[in-house]
Amino acid sequence: MNYVEKEIHINNQRLILNNLRAVFWADHKSIIVSDLHVGKSKHFRKHGIPISSKVQESDLERLHFLITLYKPERLIIVGDLFHSGHKDEVSIFKKWLERFPLLEVHLIKGNHDRISSNSPAVNNLYIYDDELKLTPFIFVHIPIDAVKDFTISGHLHPGIRLKARGRPGITLPCFKLCKTQLVLPAFSLFTGLATESIRKSNSYYAFTDTSFYEF
Amino acid sequence: MSTGFKTSEGFQVIKSWMASNGNEPFKFQEQTWAKFSRGHSGMVVAPTGFGKTFSVFLAVVIDYLNHPNNYKKGIKLLWISPLRSLAKDLAKAMSEAIEDIGIDWEVAVRNGDTPQKVRRQQERLMPDVLITTPETLHLLFSQKNNSRWFKSISCIAVDEWHELIGNKRGVLVELALSRIKLLSKQVRIWGITATIGNLDQASKVLIPFPDLKVVTIKAREKKKIKVIPVLPDEVEVLPWAGHLGRSMASKIIPIIHENKTTLIFTNTRGQSELWYQILLEADPDLAGLLAIHHGSIDKKLRNWIEESISEGLLKAVVCTSSLDLGVDFKPVDCVIQIGSAKGISRFMQRAGRSGHSPYEVSKIYMIPTHSLELVEASALKEAVKELRVEDREPQILCYDVLVQFLVTLAVGEGFSHEDTLNLVRATHAFNALTDEEFAWAIQFITQGGSTLKSYEQFHRVYKDDNGLFKVKNRRISMLHRMNIGAIVSDAMLRVKFLSGGYVGMIEEFFISKLKPSDSFVLAGRVLELIHIKDMTAYVRISKSKKAITPSWMGGRLPLTSYMSHFLRKKLSDALEPGIRERELKFLHPLISRQAKYSQIPRANEFLVELIQTKEGNHLYMYPFEGRLVHEVISALIAYRISKIKPLTFTIAMNDYGFELLSDQDIPINESNIDMILSKENLMDDVIASINAAEMASRKFRDIAVISGLVVQSAPGANKTNKSLQSSSGLIFRVLEENEPNNLLLRQAYTEVFDQQIEEVRLRAAFDRISESKLIIKRSNTFTPLSFPIKVDRLRQSVSSEKLDKRIQRIQSEIYKKTKV
Repeated sequence: MNYVEKEIHINNQRLILNNLRAVFWADHKSIIVSDLHVGKSKHFRKHGIPISSKVQESDLERLHFLITLYKPERLIIVGDLFHSGHKDEVSIFKKWLERFPLLEVHLIKGNHDRISSNSPAVNNLYIYDDELKLTPFIFVHIPIDAVKDFTISGHLHPGIRLKARGRPGITLPCFKLCKTQLVLPAFSLFTGLATESIRKSNSYYAFTDTSFYEF
Repeated sequence: MSTGFKTSEGFQVIKSWMASNGNEPFKFQEQTWAKFSRGHSGMVVAPTGFGKTFSVFLAVVIDYLNHPNNYKKGIKLLWISPLRSLAKDLAKAMSEAIEDIGIDWEVAVRNGDTPQKVRRQQERLMPDVLITTPETLHLLFSQKNNSRWFKSISCIAVDEWHELIGNKRGVLVELALSRIKLLSKQVRIWGITATIGNLDQASKVLIPFPDLKVVTIKAREKKKIKVIPVLPDEVEVLPWAGHLGRSMASKIIPIIHENKTTLIFTNTRGQSELWYQILLEADPDLAGLLAIHHGSIDKKLRNWIEESISEGLLKAVVCTSSLDLGVDFKPVDCVIQIGSAKGISRFMQRAGRSGHSPYEVSKIYMIPTHSLELVEASALKEAVKELRVEDREPQILCYDVLVQFLVTLAVGEGFSHEDTLNLVRATHAFNALTDEEFAWAIQFITQGGSTLKSYEQFHRVYKDDNGLFKVKNRRISMLHRMNIGAIVSDAMLRVKFLSGGYVGMIEEFFISKLKPSDSFVLAGRVLELIHIKDMTAYVRISKSKKAITPSWMGGRLPLTSYMSHFLRKKLSDALEPGIRERELKFLHPLISRQAKYSQIPRANEFLVELIQTKEGNHLYMYPFEGRLVHEVISALIAYRISKIKPLTFTIAMNDYGFELLSDQDIPINESNIDMILSKENLMDDVIASINAAEMASRKFRDIAVISGLVVQSAPGANKTNKSLQSSSGLIFRVLEENEPNNLLLRQAYTEVFDQQIEEVRLRAAFDRISESKLIIKRSNTFTPLSFPIKVDRLRQSVSSEKLDKRIQRIQSEIYKKTKV
């Protein structure tokens, strides 16, 4: 699998952004991802809308690749691991997780995750209702403004719209960095983008299949 | 006409009824009645206002009076009309006639506005005459045991067929007719249409069934149309596109006052909002007498406006194509068209909205929004005189509509493979459908296409023990019923006052760009956005003077090819205008400037202008083929030039021509212009020059909604479907990767070539160009023809750069941040 990286430093920590839609927190040996939406394609099929589950398989393969690439001790998922909360989705993910018996998985529950915090039947899956603090970061699902601590979140599926002179413009997924927060792009490829125009006060790490671009 | 029919009881009853009202049947009406009584089907062609409705409706009444025993209980006449707004008045007129004549029929309307209670009553006992829309008819097909309602039908009338034939709603009608024909052996099919270019084809598309005897009945009566171009005070030699507007308001006000009721047609909803404001500013006395009518305005308000027009309470109404068709408003004696109508038949249709009674003259004023549109006015005058109207091309092989129809049948009574294939193939649209394609459609709805085969849980449609395809899941049935139809709208939000009260609908795309406390214009009011919640935008009346007028998408109408033919002709005539061509004489300063600095292209000439200014090097060409075609030609020319020398261009265009702008010299001269405009390798070069995948992805949006791949968000109903929202672009990508043979994908590409690129028209244009004398003119200043293109805002850049290159360039040029 081809990938490119972009290293940034926040609170003296090395964060490696990967265009396969994940962050590797090098000092803490953790991979951080957001919005996997496991089971989304199946949820569509259940309602009579034919979406191939290849999308989902390729999402999990990509995560597998990232884990073999960085060999992390921890996988932090900042919300929306599951799409509709159906028990099948949970079992698909748990089955996949069996491949990595030593990996700790921390899930901060997102608005889609209708899974009970005390239900994990897998030893290495930890679930948090609101947030997870791992100094110097706080992991949450929905980005929050105006806090002192630096938060890492998801939920938005951030993207940027580049206005070319004339049209059509270009939209790209991105990692969005504000003063005290980093918002991750959605990990699943079967997701839309919440695009915004570029604001000077923020930094955007947009990516294509081959490169990173900072705006 | 046989004397037998003329002496029949039914005919006599109707004739004396008409005489008692002081009317006499038109010849074409009598012909229709006689042919119907002899069991014919057919097509009635007549201008509006001459009693088209009564030609078919009374034919059924007469036949019933003559042979009451041939008619069964239930629906006798099924009336399909494209417009909901027509239905109410139609039902009223029919009911009154029936009461006067003295038969015990019931006339009822069933469409999206019909309350649940009334629908249930109808389902227990269907009326004798049912007036409905293509969508509602398909909704009836999705009910349990629905075929019993159609067995009694003697006649299906398809009203305003010219409005349906060119789009996918026409395909819905074709499928519906084919199904009802199987259920009711005695059915006769009658189409009613205004004049279109391809009448014979229109008739064959509607009634392709070999066992029906088909006639075409044309009314001899003609509507007289008077076209009056309104001239501005002075001619601008460098006409700005669309900026003449405001100054013309002073010309419009007297016209409004001179006439009883005036309809003012604009081309987009945005323009109608603008003109409403402009007219009120120009004459504040019109407040309360001027209304605004377009598709995004609350239905109740629209109904109120329509009633007020009928009663003559309004002086003028600013409207869009929302009032092109529909109820005939008696008081309307004047029509104003603002800007180009872009097509001859649309123009004539609008003109026909005034002077409604048969022998009155329809009066239409044409207000140009820039000087060059006066040429268009002149072209329209000639076209109207010659009665040359456009063809409406029927759609074929719309797999999305087929998929929808199959699921509709499966939700209703279920369907069998063989019978349904025959039913579908009997229509014009699916005449060429192959066994494989039909099998694909079945597989698509049962297994979700070829890639999903192995998944148990996909059951939109399943095959039961009797071999019938059915939908079992209630939720899927419900979802499907909510999305039946072939009209795809953008995601719309309701606009409501915080204090209660509904204003209208607005596109999500537009409102999502506004911030709370921003002001915008809707329904002629300046509104301040407070917040958005549950697909509803809450607003209050704003005090602000400045407000944004929404730009509704899809607002640009393409110029038809007939129209462009007349335009070229008139422009070439413009140097020696005829005696009656006031507007061309008026344009003389502009024309002579064009002739002095460049040239007026004759009908057999093709003009290319190379203009050098501070901005850079401009190349102008004037094919007069309309914006959509120019989009393609300009990309093609840019591509061919870039083969000589790699360049990046900015492209701008309007309906007359297009501009390529570059900061470097454009390598075009007399020696290579033949090659640049050659018709050799035309389609290969077109395909190389455009991004077909991107265009197809845009086309795929409608296809995805119609075929049920994307759930259209209806306001209010949205919440329950939230987890099923996805964009068609996303699904397009997923399908391209996983299932490239999907027929819906193929359809998207076909639609790009047929509708966007207009392959046939493009070839014709290049044939014409290759026979023309190519003229290159060089200049240091803009010419009257080039100037409106230059100022047109719709610009796009084209370059052969790769995506990554483009981003880098934008990054350095526009965002001026090169941290990477």
